[in-house]
Amino acid sequence: MKVLVPIKRVIDYNVKVRVKADNSNVDLANVKMAINPFCEIAVEEAVRLKEAGIATEVIAVSIGNKSCQEQLRTALALGADRAIQIETDENLDSINVAKLLQKIVEEEQPQLVILGKQSIDSDNNQTGQMLAALTGMAQGTFASAVNVDGDKVNVTREVDSGLQTIALTLPAIVTTDLRLNEPRYASLPNIMKAKRKPLDVKSAADFGIDLTARTNLIKVTPPAQRKAGIIVESIDELVEKLKNEAKVIS
Amino acid sequence: MSILVFAEHDNSELKSDTLKTVAAAQAIGGDIHLLVAGHNCQAVAEAASKVNGVSKVLVADNAAYEHQLAENVSLLVTELAADYSHILATALTTGKNFMPRVAALLDVAQISDIIAVESSDTFVRPIYAGNAIATVQSLDSKKVITVRSTGFDAVATDGNAEIVAVDKVTDAGISSHVNDELSVSERPDLGAASIVISGGRGMQNGENFKLLEGIADKLGAAIGASRAAVDAGFVPNDMQVGQTGKIVAPDLYIAVGISGAIQHLAGMKDSKVIVAINKDAEAPIFQVADYGLVADLFDALPELESKL
Ligand SMILES: Cc1cc2nc3c(=O)[nH]c(=O)nc-3n(C[C@H](O)[C@H](O)[C@H](O)COP(=O)(O)OP(=O)(O)OC[C@H]3O[C@@H](n4cnc5c(N)ncnc54)[C@H](O)[C@@H]3O)c2cc1C
Repeated sequence: MKVLVPIKRVIDYNVKVRVKADNSNVDLANVKMAINPFCEIAVEEAVRLKEAGIATEVIAVSIGNKSCQEQLRTALALGADRAIQIETDENLDSINVAKLLQKIVEEEQPQLVILGKQSIDSDNNQTGQMLAALTGMAQGTFASAVNVDGDKVNVTREVDSGLQTIALTLPAIVTTDLRLNEPRYASLPNIMKAKRKPLDVKSAADFGIDLTARTNLIKVTPPAQRKAGIIVESIDELVEKLKNEAKVIS
Repeated sequence: MSILVFAEHDNSELKSDTLKTVAAAQAIGGDIHLLVAGHNCQAVAEAASKVNGVSKVLVADNAAYEHQLAENVSLLVTELAADYSHILATALTTGKNFMPRVAALLDVAQISDIIAVESSDTFVRPIYAGNAIATVQSLDSKKVITVRSTGFDAVATDGNAEIVAVDKVTDAGISSHVNDELSVSERPDLGAASIVISGGRGMQNGENFKLLEGIADKLGAAIGASRAAVDAGFVPNDMQVGQTGKIVAPDLYIAVGISGAIQHLAGMKDSKVIVAINKDAEAPIFQVADYGLVADLFDALPELESKL
């Protein structure tokens, strides 16, 4: 079976973003970018399914300008077989991202689509679920285990009260949580090999979808700063402060 | 305007987060209805009818909703959506799971994790692990919104709304529940506790979390953890606080052996008072702590427990 893995180029998770002085957005000029960590886990899971003989082909897809080809090459170096870039300069709402991905699903007919549960920039946690709704597929979100079993997939999900396992009829959508796997590092030979793997470029405009923005970003501001605290010298001082100054314990 | 709020529950108890989501609905303004979708959930419906500001409780009580599978619940909510201008759910794992499906079925965007309401179409939400705060206007006619509980104060529960059964059953038939492995704890819920004490990689193993338990018992606190502590298997996943775990804002948050990565801070930096115990004086957690103690946790925790 084919596995489709949509991935996103985002700020590197180690970088603390700054807000632009005019409050129009965050400042991404000269900031280190990377594949979204949850998407990397998605690629790893798909590649493991291929190594286990369950998946036959792993296709990575990303929506963005030319720079996202860098992250597609990363996915290819991790073991994806081929890649598709859907070219656009717009910063699309998740619903429009899901509509473009729906077209790729219709073209490629994957049995499984694995996405990250959220991207660490917009923190929306939407695209996988939206794609599932648009394609009429079942979904296993926040996955910590994925087991394909005939025409079904069992997905164990990280939920607020612990773990929940559900069974989905294939084709299905999975979104990854942190504990699903630990992604490998791409080896140098695989990075070289990835440069020769196929990468198709399609224009978002060619899909005939109305991609009009559904949201308007009015402003972006820095979060409220906490006022500076103090260093206490002992447990006694700490307990005294919590009781008498902060008044949070009695 | 009329607003449908999805009630968080486990078929027996209404989660207190729902009271905060109703507060968000009140900030938007309009007639507010609560939807209780579950199975054998009459007790939840009764509790829901007492939530202030709610005029009607819709109860969809059917086996198809027992485990709140996204495929089934999203169909139900989408059918009901015709009567509402806004649909709200709490940004917990249930709401996060099915709400984007509702948005897509309605062909609208979703505004996730709002922490404030500016107007009926404009909302405030954190992005980039809370390092930036975005004000976003929805341009869709219907608004699908998830609400971060920490942004709103719970409404009271001395109301008296009418309870109406929803007979429509929507079963997509493409997913089924296999089993749950639920964490059982006598302690308060992480999201609802007024004091939280969390351990990180510095705790070294799961056994050492006992050092936090004694303190938690004395303070009536919930216990949380960093991702590193969960990844290492010290404690279960539902204890993770952070950008991609649970978001908490208690009166007192005590971080023990946690360095203070931005992803962890995203989940706790709106706490009223933060205490950090770490042996590394340079650890970034001290930059957000009101009270920092530079100490070895294996000395500090037993002493703290004895002095409470
Ligand atoms: C996509 C993504 C999502 C993430 N989401 C989250 C999230 O939701 N929540 C989260 O927490 N993290 C998250 N992280 C991980 C985050 O980046 C950090 O790796 C993690 O928070 C570190 O956990 P820690 O502070 O326990 O460990 P460390 O950074 O290793 O810190 C351990 C600390 O313990 C101290 N220490 C050690 N021994 C002692 C002792 N004996 N006494 C006192 N102090 C001691 C050390 O000085 C150190 O400061 C995420 C990362 C990514 C990439």
